[in-house]
Parts: sequence; C-alpha cells; structure tokens
Amino acid sequence: MKQTITQKIIARHVGKKELRVGEFVEAKVDIALANDVTAPLAIEKFEKVGAKKVFAQNKIALVMDHFTPNKDIDAAGQVKKVREFAKKYKIKHYYEGGNCGVEHALLPELGVVRPGYIVIGADSHTCTYGALGAFSTGMGSTDLAAIFATGLVWLKVPPTILFRCNGKFSKWVTGKDLILHIIGLIGVEGANYRAMEFGGDAVGELTMADRFTVANMAIEAGGENGIFHVDKTTLAYGKNLWKKPDIYFSDPDADYERILDIDVSKIEPTVSLPHLPSNTVPVSKIKKIFIDQVVIGSCTNGRIEDLRQAASVLKNRKTNPNVRLLIMPATPKIYAAALKEGLLKIFMDANAIISPPTCGPCLGGHMGILAEGERCVATTNRNFVGRMGHPRSEVYLVSPYVAAACAIKGYIVHPEEM
Amino acid sequence: MLIKGRVHKYGNNINTDEIIPARYLNTTDPAKLARHCLEDLDKDFVKKVKKGDILVVGKNFGCGSSREHAVVSIKASGISAIIAESYARIFFRNAINTGLPVFILKNTSEIKTGDIVEIDADNGILRNKTGNKKFSIDPIPKFIEKIIDAGGLINYVRKKKVSKN
Ligand code: SF4
Repeated sequence: MKQTITQKIIARHVGKKELRVGEFVEAKVDIALANDVTAPLAIEKFEKVGAKKVFAQNKIALVMDHFTPNKDIDAAGQVKKVREFAKKYKIKHYYEGGNCGVEHALLPELGVVRPGYIVIGADSHTCTYGALGAFSTGMGSTDLAAIFATGLVWLKVPPTILFRCNGKFSKWVTGKDLILHIIGLIGVEGANYRAMEFGGDAVGELTMADRFTVANMAIEAGGENGIFHVDKTTLAYGKNLWKKPDIYFSDPDADYERILDIDVSKIEPTVSLPHLPSNTVPVSKIKKIFIDQVVIGSCTNGRIEDLRQAASVLKNRKTNPNVRLLIMPATPKIYAAALKEGLLKIFMDANAIISPPTCGPCLGGHMGILAEGERCVATTNRNFVGRMGHPRSEVYLVSPYVAAACAIKGYIVHPEEM
Repeated sequence: MLIKGRVHKYGNNINTDEIIPARYLNTTDPAKLARHCLEDLDKDFVKKVKKGDILVVGKNFGCGSSREHAVVSIKASGISAIIAESYARIFFRNAINTGLPVFILKNTSEIKTGDIVEIDADNGILRNKTGNKKFSIDPIPKFIEKIIDAGGLINYVRKKKVSKN
C-alpha cells in the first residue's frame, strides 16, 4: 500500500508497517504538551484517572505562556497549580518566567519536538511542529490527561490533501501569505479531519520560520495536522538540536484524497478580513481601512525572521500617531537575538511597545486588548469575533511586512507603498 | 439513549472564542464558565437557556482553539445535547471524551429556536415534535461508542492499563 508521511509516522507509533485511512488506532506519544489554560483542566482529569505517576517525565511539556506574566489572581492560581504538578511528578520540560516563551516557538527552538515524532498538545496550534516532519496535532485537556497516564492517544488515521506549491515567490510574499491564500481557497472547514501536506519546489524555498507559520495555521482550515518533508533546511535548523532524526517520506504515488496545485508566483501580500481567517483578499485590493493597533508576534509570526522583516520596513520610520504598535518576540532567545541585531532599537525608535514573550493579546488575554469598534492588524492566526477584546472590535491577519507598513501609515497598505 | 428538549438555534462556524471567550479562561470552574456561555455570539443566551435544552447549529461547530472549557461551559449552562451539520475535529473529540452527547444531522435548516425535538440515539432518529417531522442522524463509529459506553475517556482509560505502583 502506498502511504503518505502522515500514515507512516502514525503506523510506526502503533508498531505497524502501514495503516489504512479511517482506521482507529492507539498510538504512542513522544511529546504531550499543555499550557497555563489547558494544563489545569488536564491535571484535574489526570487526578481522576488514579495513576500514581506520569507515563514519562521527559515527554511532557508544560509551557506557561498564555496569561503570563500572570494577569490576575485567578491566572496566577492556575500557573501555581501547574507548577506544583510539575514538581510533584518531576516533569522535565516545565517552562515559566525567564526561560519561557510562546509554546510553539519555544519547543522547536529547544529541540524538544523533532522530526518523526508524534506530538499531541492541548492547544490547537500544536500543528505547528509539522514543519519539522512530525505528526503533530491539537486536542483537549481530557485527551492530554489520558496521555499523561498512559502515553497513548486514540487517532483516526486522516486522509491527506497535498498542496503542491510551485513557482517563485514575489517580493514581499511570505509563508503567511501562502497559508492565508490556501485557507481562502479551501475555507475554514476545507481540511477538517484531514492532513494537509505541503510539497512542491516552492516549499523547498521556504525558511524554517515560514514553514512553522504555514503549518501553524493548518488548523484554521480545520486541518488535523500540517506537514512538510525533512530537507536540507530542516537538517540545518536541527544541526545543534538533535542527532539522527527519524525521517519519513510520502510514497511518490501515495493515495492522496485530493491534490491542489498552487502557483505561488500568483500570490500577493494577503489579508484576512474579520471575522474568519478564510476571508482573504490581496492587500492591493483594499481601500483605506484605518486602524488603532498593530500586533507583531505570536506563535505564527513572532520568530526572529519575522522581526527582521518588520524591522526592514520600520527602519528610520515612525509609527503613525493614531496607532499603538506592539512587538512581541515569541521567546527569550528571539528577544536576545533582536536586541543583539539592533532590531529592538529600530522598534523603539519607531515608537513601538516591546512586550515580553507571551500570548498576551493574541487570544484577547491581556497586554493589548481592543475596545469596542477598534481595529487591529495582527500577524497572529485568528480574527474571530472578540478574539482580541470587545465583541465589536476587529482583527485583520497579515504578514510582518504588511503589519509594519500598516503601523506607519495608520491604515491597511501594501509594503510597496512605503 | 433518548434525549428530549427545547431548541436554541444558531448558525455556521461558531468558534470556541464565541462559545467561551479567552478572557474567562483563567478558571476551570464549570459554574463560572457557564455564566459566559456563548456570550460573544448572543449575550442573552445564558438568560434564556434552561436545563435540558438542546443546541442546534450549522456547519463546523466549535472551530478554533482546543479549549475544553467550551464543552464544560455548554454542559454547565444546562444544554443536554448538540445537533450540528458538522463539528470541528477537536471540539468533537472533547465532547465525546467528556460525555456531552453530540449528533450529526446533515441539514438542520428545518429546526428552529423554540421547537421541541427528541433524539432517539439508538435508532439514529431525530423527531421534531413541533413540526412533526422525522430525520435520520449519522451513526456513531464503533470505537467511539466504546468510549461513550465507558462514560468518557477518563473512565475508559481507568479501566485499561494505567501506570500504577
Ligand atoms: S500565540 Fe496565540 S495562537 Fe499561539 S499559542 Fe498563544 S494564544 Fe495560541
């Protein structure tokens, strides 16, 4: 039977050579992840299972990134609960405070998640790690509790949609524009219960940062996972992080449910209008939409490459007086690199606010909440009703280039017009 | 399983931010979460909902984040079952895992707010008592039935091999 990379990784984790699409299996998990929002609920459920210990102390990652630095007493209580659990069960990968960043930027950077792994996270953007050639997907807290106890997860082997990307990317077009374009094409339910595999020559041109961005937003099309093959870019990324990765390839004539050809040279800088990520239009088609805030960061676009793109536009320019520009380096390492490269100076000279690594406003948690009627341009991944604050506020999703240009002009604009 | 109740009807692509906004996720307390159920979609929902009511929606219900708080909030608000044209994958798992009955009806357009419906899960039938109509609902896969029969994933796991010593 011809298999996709997704089928092969799952098969390996159930001790089989191959699996049929639609089969229910119980697979071994390599890394189980939860955060300060989902871990407390997972811990409560875990306690109900009655297990005396966790399945593996070094295979659970707990990242306190959503409401941290703790925004209020309840949030602080949640983190305390997780901290105590981590101590009691001797969890190796517990991150809080100065070693903590946004989970999906942090765990790859530390080498905790790797090619060929099965990673299950109580966070929907766990699909990010597919960029490394892992099977990685989000679930709920009860699933996590069950994994904490047994190390196993139930899965229904998903069918795969192949996105065959060819052509050359135009200037200003990034991984973010590619994935927004794809979500616009297939819709928010277009890949529900399905694996999204990204292939073709153009994919080889993408940096790791861009691949993380693309895989990150697979869930915005309903995808179970988004996945890339390991290539020289992946291996270069992992050089100092891991040895001998477990690498899988889709068979050339694997049984894809659907193949979509994407000519990336036709893609322009793209924006998702409120209130669904699939409401995409080229930035060039937009009339002046005035804005109040710009957020550059998150697990989607808070990596050093993203900050470099933003800085290239913001250099020697000022944020529009009507706009608050928030820059959120996603991890301490990225923060330090931005400092060293002089990017933070560029941002401060542009009157930006630099936030500590946190999810913060991305989910409307804290540190940059919108009032009624306010509009925000963000490099994040969701523009649902109320996502960043008031139910009648608006979020527009874009790349770091576009976000930076909007911060300067005060309205949605193509970076070419700078 | 026979579930009967009064309908609250909403549309497509209702996401978890609308079901329970992130600003309330600093707790896991079901009662607190229930107070804000569906707040950003319909701020009066919590005033209207009564114990045993049934939520009927369109496509892709529960898309967005993985927050199980969404299921907790709906359950604690009094809703006894959901009928949707389709569910986002994670929400569907969360509902199964925590024992909130969820059903798939290909087309929910003939059910309105205020209707009284009866779900006959064993026979895969939905009756709209108000309009006196009968619909067939999708059968539940065998594997998932095992989890439901055990009373949710935690009980299912408890019965299986758990690292005890
Ligand atoms: S940055 Fe936003 S999308 Fe990413 S994990 Fe945090 S809240 Fe979720």
